[in-house]
Amino acid sequence: MIYLELFLTFLKIGAFTFGGGYAMLALVQQEVVAHGWMAQEDIVNFVAISESTPGPFAVNVSTYVGYETGGILGAFLATLGVILPSFVIILIVAKTYERFKRSKMVSGAMSGLKPAVIGLIASALVTTAISTFSLSVDWSFLNLRFFLGIALLAVFLFMLYKKVNPIKVIATSAVAGILVGFI
Amino acid sequence: MKSLTAKLFVQFFKIGAFTFGGGYAMIPLIQSEVVDKNKWMEAQELLDVVAIAESTPGPIAINAATYVGYKVSGLKGAIAATLGVTIPSFTIITLIAMLFTNFSDNRYVQNAFWGIRIAVLALILKAVISMYKKCPKSIISYLIMAMCFVVVTIFHINVLWAILASAVIGLVSQGIGRKKQGGEAQS
Repeated sequence: MIYLELFLTFLKIGAFTFGGGYAMLALVQQEVVAHGWMAQEDIVNFVAISESTPGPFAVNVSTYVGYETGGILGAFLATLGVILPSFVIILIVAKTYERFKRSKMVSGAMSGLKPAVIGLIASALVTTAISTFSLSVDWSFLNLRFFLGIALLAVFLFMLYKKVNPIKVIATSAVAGILVGFI
Repeated sequence: MKSLTAKLFVQFFKIGAFTFGGGYAMIPLIQSEVVDKNKWMEAQELLDVVAIAESTPGPIAINAATYVGYKVSGLKGAIAATLGVTIPSFTIITLIAMLFTNFSDNRYVQNAFWGIRIAVLALILKAVISMYKKCPKSIISYLIMAMCFVVVTIFHINVLWAILASAVIGLVSQGIGRKKQGGEAQS
């Protein structure tokens, strides 16, 4: 049943992502594409929508996927799924905070999870790059559009490091994309 | 005079409606609303909130809202703050989902999204660089990074296994480190 599947999938995403935001991208890409709920490209598009709308990425993506697959009820169940593990775990931690802070189990697990998140975001980065530039082993992606894309990537990264608001960077990128489309 | 629960809901609704970019972007706003304005929490306690939100699963924003809500007024507060921070996103995205499918076939929109996907690449690249800078560097760290990257990107192993394995490796390696230290102290 689609509603149960939505709820359980996002429950899994909520329970197994550490570090928030882009850290969950790899898991979202895997789960959502595997279920056929969204194409790889659309997930990347959605990251931009999520950056340009208020609120946490997790809630945005669960609401969107839920709505597209199961209407309002789907959106509600997917969002409930993604926030429920956090909610329950935080209630438990809030009661036992002093013990939690000093726990060697927690610090040990975290020492493995921090680098894991970096590997996972790097994986999401590569997956996203492959779908954006249609990278393939036959080098057929090496055309003018590809090199323009790489140049734009450098420009956008520079803007972000110059503390330009991400929404402005996204708006600029949309205009750049339309202009490149005329070439 | 509104009840504390209602106030919490309104505050976190505002935070949810006005922060772009998710979890970390929310912390300064929580600081100004929860610590400075309403004096519900000490600044030191808010640092704990960030530490907890990072070391528990799930989105940072939800973790922070639930924790602050609970500390301020118990279970009712936790529910109010979490709902407050979620409802704006939920509403806005539902509206977008209703409209979005209608114009995504347009050629100009598709070209725009090609550009936008490159901006998203830049955002992810920046996220990975800044997280790398914050991460403790050790051989085990690098091995875990490499393992997660390779098994997920190349072998398409489920991310859950990569996360569980990393947590176990972290636990075991810290356990071994402590035993070694303990052994040396004894001898």
